[in-house]
Amino acid sequence: MVSRAHDPELEQDFSDVDRDALVAELARLVPAANLLCETEDLKPYECDGLAAYRQVPLAVVLAENEAQVVAVLQTCHRLGVPVVARGAGTGLSGGALPHGNGVLLSLAKMKRILKIDPVARVAVVEPGVRNLAISEAAAPHGLYYAPDPSSQIACTIGGNIAENAGGVHCLKYGLTVHNVLRVRAVTMAGDVIELGSHALDAPGYDLLAVAIGSEGLLAVVTEVTVKLVPRPETARVVMASFADVARAGDAVAAVIAAGIIPAGLEMMDKPAIAAVEPFVNAGYDLDAAAILLCESDGTPEEVDEEIARMRAVLEASGATGVRVSRDEAERTRFWAGRKAAFPAAGRLSPDYYCMDGTIPRKRLGDILRAIADMEREFGLRCMNVFHAGDGNLHPLILYDATVPGETERTEEFGARILEMSVALGGTITGEHGVGHEKLRGMCVQFAADELTAFHGVKAAFDPQGLLNPGKAVPSLHRCAEFGRMHVHRGELKFPDIERF
Amino acid sequence: MGDLTRDFTDRIAAASGAKPLRIRGGGSKDFYGEMPRGEILDTRGHSGIVAYEPTELVITARCGTPLAEIETALAAHGQFLPFEPPAFGEATSLATVGGAVAAGLSGPRRASVGALRDFVLGVNILDGVPRRLTFGGTVMKNVAGYDVSRLIAGSMGTLGLILEVSLKVLPRPVAEATLRFELPQDKALDVLNAWAGQPLPISASCWHDDALTVRLSGANAAVAAAQRKLGGEPVADGDAFWQELREQRHPFFTDRETLWRLSVPSITRALDLPGEQLIEWGGSQRWWRGGANVREAAARAGGHAVLFRQSEHGDKSARVFAPLPDAVMAIHRRLKATFDPRGVFNPGRLYPDL
Repeated sequence: MVSRAHDPELEQDFSDVDRDALVAELARLVPAANLLCETEDLKPYECDGLAAYRQVPLAVVLAENEAQVVAVLQTCHRLGVPVVARGAGTGLSGGALPHGNGVLLSLAKMKRILKIDPVARVAVVEPGVRNLAISEAAAPHGLYYAPDPSSQIACTIGGNIAENAGGVHCLKYGLTVHNVLRVRAVTMAGDVIELGSHALDAPGYDLLAVAIGSEGLLAVVTEVTVKLVPRPETARVVMASFADVARAGDAVAAVIAAGIIPAGLEMMDKPAIAAVEPFVNAGYDLDAAAILLCESDGTPEEVDEEIARMRAVLEASGATGVRVSRDEAERTRFWAGRKAAFPAAGRLSPDYYCMDGTIPRKRLGDILRAIADMEREFGLRCMNVFHAGDGNLHPLILYDATVPGETERTEEFGARILEMSVALGGTITGEHGVGHEKLRGMCVQFAADELTAFHGVKAAFDPQGLLNPGKAVPSLHRCAEFGRMHVHRGELKFPDIERF
Repeated sequence: MGDLTRDFTDRIAAASGAKPLRIRGGGSKDFYGEMPRGEILDTRGHSGIVAYEPTELVITARCGTPLAEIETALAAHGQFLPFEPPAFGEATSLATVGGAVAAGLSGPRRASVGALRDFVLGVNILDGVPRRLTFGGTVMKNVAGYDVSRLIAGSMGTLGLILEVSLKVLPRPVAEATLRFELPQDKALDVLNAWAGQPLPISASCWHDDALTVRLSGANAAVAAAQRKLGGEPVADGDAFWQELREQRHPFFTDRETLWRLSVPSITRALDLPGEQLIEWGGSQRWWRGGANVREAAARAGGHAVLFRQSEHGDKSARVFAPLPDAVMAIHRRLKATFDPRGVFNPGRLYPDL
């Protein structure tokens, strides 16, 4: 999306922050090379992966160790200055959007892998370590870190914790919350806390689970222990074509009903297939209304057995064509199209906007029909890729930001998809987070009392509200401004539901 | 099957810090945690499976629903609660799902599939105000708002009354087999850690009395291949063995001595403790019968110890759960104040001042 000024009207007013005094204090805490204050140096940090929202911070600190993180947070705490933590900046919801009166604290330099313990099957790493780098370091031991968000080549483990990142294998292997054992973090007041442990649990409330997915609002992570798991010996994927999306959706349910938990279960609709096939030549069926990619991993015997069961279920569910990858090269090719969906969208259209709603799997046909109606209503095209196994839908709305009004229509289209996800019993975000982008959706998904409870959780960690303020949880005032009624998970009838 | 939300709301509104409530389901875990205090709020009338969609892998039930009822409903569709929550008590039908979630305990399969908290997708609670609040939901992936559902799991009823909970469920494995190996403790710990680093379908382990028992679960071919690779002596009635272990009816647990649960990294060497130990979860969960305080030993290993059951003659001043660092305890107190500002729920059940 195009550049646009970030709405400065946040709940708390930090306009009285004294920039010069702040910079002078920070200069005493970190070497000069680790403190950026000039506009041209700050520019690269003005947005994350959601470039629609931009804001230059007062200063950027490139922390190199935990002591610096503690010092910066203590100082900002004392001065009442907001702090936004950032990893690689690949997030898609504006979670790392800087605060105009605050410090952007980058953890990207803290990228040491401190320990790979193949016997205990854990890796201890700093927050700036890239997701894929952990698996690469563990590979000589036949181990890997399971969550594999599509940005895994660039995204950091610290950012994965902030967003509770998923990936295409999470139905079987879980999300970040299922694969992190322990986090060491610094609170806004500068206290170092450890959540979780190297054992399988820890005493007290499960603060580790609360910290994971907290979008940088509770504490700044300085060290992480992740679980490593044995790499499966082999994997094969079944590609099945369907003549209509509802049948494909039913086939997903049938696979699960047959007692199969695929390692990956992905769906693409016709516009998505048409967009990626010329791009990657994966051999996709261009006549299909939808294709399913269903993967099995494990020992060769196990995979043969499971693939045969998958194939039988898919055929019985009305697949018009079924192909099984014969070797690793073909498996990679089948997946290449799915993985290229975003770049393909970028090739097809000057701009695209990726949504992240999750719905109960059985409502897939409903939401795809609703999206098709909205395409006509808004006069915009949309292609759908779908983590079918966990009900996580990624509609990609194609638009042209240079056409007046199209950006606004796109945003409205996206917000309506999310509201529909909630009305169907789902959620506004499966894995990208609320960040700055989906505050309005939070007003739809949660009632005032629930939002108040979230603010209470925030205050339990950060009573002054200085860490990433204004993100993830909207103030009630803001919800009133949005004028959005809370839709209680399908219990209340959402007006748009009539269109089905 | 009944809906007591209104009664519960009235009870909570009428309670106070001086007249607190002790939330109780079947009472199967009355022994667990610090001494319960307060007027009993019986959850058993608020019962019933609200929704179960086998193809969505989700079941939603009211707090007072017996665990046994849930397991029966799941079994009819070839599914189960993978974390194998223990029911405890003579009649296992007593335990409720609300109690299981509040206690947060997991059974033999924990090391391979995850803990109870990993399968909690959403909760509907009455907080201490009382307000009815919903967190999470019934979908697999959901990062809207903080993960309060998992905060509630294992909070021993100190933050709110669970009205309904949604749990992720899984298909039962196609095949299972149980194998037994004669091995001393150190050797058993070595092989468990070595096997866990290989793609083997091990779903549970138990070492006791110089014998290691492991369970394999998965596709027929996978279980058969692993059995050939590992060797060992097949155990005929494996299901019964794991069920007895899960419910602590294994002979190790039968007597009335004080029981400690040590949660430690799996690679921790054999702990030098007098008397018998039983080891589960690939080395991560170690049970020890004895009166001495083993908190230090667990902490040195990088874990923690829970005074799981106190004998009649045990030291009543000994705390059940390991103490927390000040900064972490301060967060606990503020969370308690957020969800239970009047201090009406299960006071002192987790920590004396919560």
